[in-house]
Amino acid sequence: MTKTPKVSLRGLYKIFGADDQAALEHVKAGLSKDDLLAQHKHVLGLQDINVDMQAGEITVVMGLSGSGKSTLIRHLNRLIEPTAGEILVDGEDVRKLSEDGLREIRQTRMSMVFQKFALLPHRTVKQNAAMSLKVRGMDEATQDAEAMKWLERVGLGGYENHYPAQLSGGMQQRVGIARALTANTDIMLMDEAFSALDPLIRTDMQNLLLELQDELHKSIVFITHDLDEALKLADHLVILKDGAVVQQGEPQGILLNPADPYIEDFVSDINRARVLRVQSVMQPITGTEFAGDVDIRDNLESLIGRSEGDTTLHYRVTENGEPVGELNMRDLVKALVPRLSSTKS
Amino acid sequence: MAFYDGLFKTFGMSNWCGEKSSDAPMSMADLLAKSSGKEAEGEFFPFPSLDNLSESCSSIIQSRDVTKGIENGFLAAKPALKNVLDPITQPLSWMLDGALWLFASTPWFIMVPILVAISWFASKSKPVTIFVLISIMLLGLVDHYDVAMQTLSIIFVCTSISVMLGVPVGIAMSKSDRLQRSVVPILDLLQTLPTFVYLIPLIFLFSVTESKLYGIAIILYAIVPVIRLTDLGIRLVDKDVIEAANAFGMTSRQRLTGVELPLALPNIMAGINQTIMMSLAMVVIASLVSAPGLGVNVLRGIRNLELGVGIVAGIGIVLLAVILDRVSKAALSRVDMTHMKH
Repeated sequence: MTKTPKVSLRGLYKIFGADDQAALEHVKAGLSKDDLLAQHKHVLGLQDINVDMQAGEITVVMGLSGSGKSTLIRHLNRLIEPTAGEILVDGEDVRKLSEDGLREIRQTRMSMVFQKFALLPHRTVKQNAAMSLKVRGMDEATQDAEAMKWLERVGLGGYENHYPAQLSGGMQQRVGIARALTANTDIMLMDEAFSALDPLIRTDMQNLLLELQDELHKSIVFITHDLDEALKLADHLVILKDGAVVQQGEPQGILLNPADPYIEDFVSDINRARVLRVQSVMQPITGTEFAGDVDIRDNLESLIGRSEGDTTLHYRVTENGEPVGELNMRDLVKALVPRLSSTKS
Repeated sequence: MAFYDGLFKTFGMSNWCGEKSSDAPMSMADLLAKSSGKEAEGEFFPFPSLDNLSESCSSIIQSRDVTKGIENGFLAAKPALKNVLDPITQPLSWMLDGALWLFASTPWFIMVPILVAISWFASKSKPVTIFVLISIMLLGLVDHYDVAMQTLSIIFVCTSISVMLGVPVGIAMSKSDRLQRSVVPILDLLQTLPTFVYLIPLIFLFSVTESKLYGIAIILYAIVPVIRLTDLGIRLVDKDVIEAANAFGMTSRQRLTGVELPLALPNIMAGINQTIMMSLAMVVIASLVSAPGLGVNVLRGIRNLELGVGIVAGIGIVLLAVILDRVSKAALSRVDMTHMKH
């Protein structure tokens, strides 16, 4: 892939504390997060982050709480100032922007969706959705039309004159998404956007996001602590631990080849049959007799259902109707067993 | 022979202290003792106060010199202070006199409907509005309408000025921790200083015939809650919402007018309610320095022991207080409602 990344982070460091530059020297010299806190009373937020986020893709940053993922996303629009490193958006370093330039980029190129919705409680749903346009000083008719269009799109038609407190959590977050979409930016930052919602609504919202993404092809940076959510949404998955990237890449690849015990532990608990796709376990075509055709994007769960558990079958794998490989039910079953963690005894 | 003579001798300070002169100023106690023919007999171990020390060492000042010094210092600074403060505060006199004139010269059959209309628009509550009407009518019935209007006009002017000055100060405080740290002690001082003490320096500075004298006293006392609660209200605005405002590129002005002030409004309104109540409390005390209104009648009740006059005026003040409190509280809860409709 030779695409230029939409957003790229280069050697990004963040240290919280009074004298972060001095602390940065210690960190670069190899001081650990715990030692930095004990010896210098500074908190290491992020260390040496290098991530490329491609245009039109969903980049998911996953980590447990305290891993620095929310800190990371706030660097992209500089709600948090980095200690060192570069933040390139379309090749332009966000750190070098003036205050006006920064405001411009926040208004027109990046929008954000928040975990706790962060809607204006004293404004109606429509006014909330139109917030970014109002900030830019657009006329009221445009504001209304755009806000209504996106509210309809996220399924909130008819609620435009309600106040946020009158809506359920899921609906409030739809307003949050409509607000981000109305801004019409090509980058969307989503900070644990669905974490505060209950599981059923969360699934709904994930589907809504995927549906919108099919249509709009935004560059989305999505933060989550939920691996299932990460695997469902991610085109590119970045796993953070203690402020550093432990592994990044294509999610199926991470699932099949976890780089360290931390990630092995992580991936051992998930439903692999639902997450893994035919593509990840297929072989080149060798046989001639097949029990049937499967699409390359089908997940393994649906295939197990089709084969009714018969492990002797072979399927032909097709992409857009063309045969591209074959799938051995034996390989499929093997792929379902996670590689045992070396830390487990 | 005074108690501390020995002390100054031990330290060899007799020279610095100088000779005890016989015509040294005497305390009242000394004079009394002398007139009764006895030599003042000192306590066994007197407190080392300025007066007691000065008996042994005349170079040490007496306590009355301290109060004298403060007075002299104040008098010395008075012309300069007056030159600065007089022109600045002059508009206050005009506003108070103007409001007093306006409230007094508007006939009651126009004034009462206006007041009732204001309370309706502020509170949108029928019981509150009816209560206001009945209260004013009651006051009028016992011929306290005019004085009540005087009190009301003073409160009106002083509260408006307190809000106009207090809200910007509160906003500035919420934006700067340093400013907050330096202003809070001043607010504490204003709030704890006994109300009479406000009046003392003001009487020196301004003539008792000027209305700004009591105007300043009332404003200084009543401005505190609106400043405090504006500061608090803005600081309490949900950090997530502020972050969203920043993330969508609001300017600090857009953030202030579009997010912070509206969300702080319930707190600011609570501050205004407190400010109204405190200016009402002060306007009564300010009758000591010629503030007109119900307070004058209370004062008359105390001075001439006219029990009935004092009590009727007192009840009038209570009625005014309840009216102002209910109307402003109803307005406050209405603001709260539009915020959090459930």
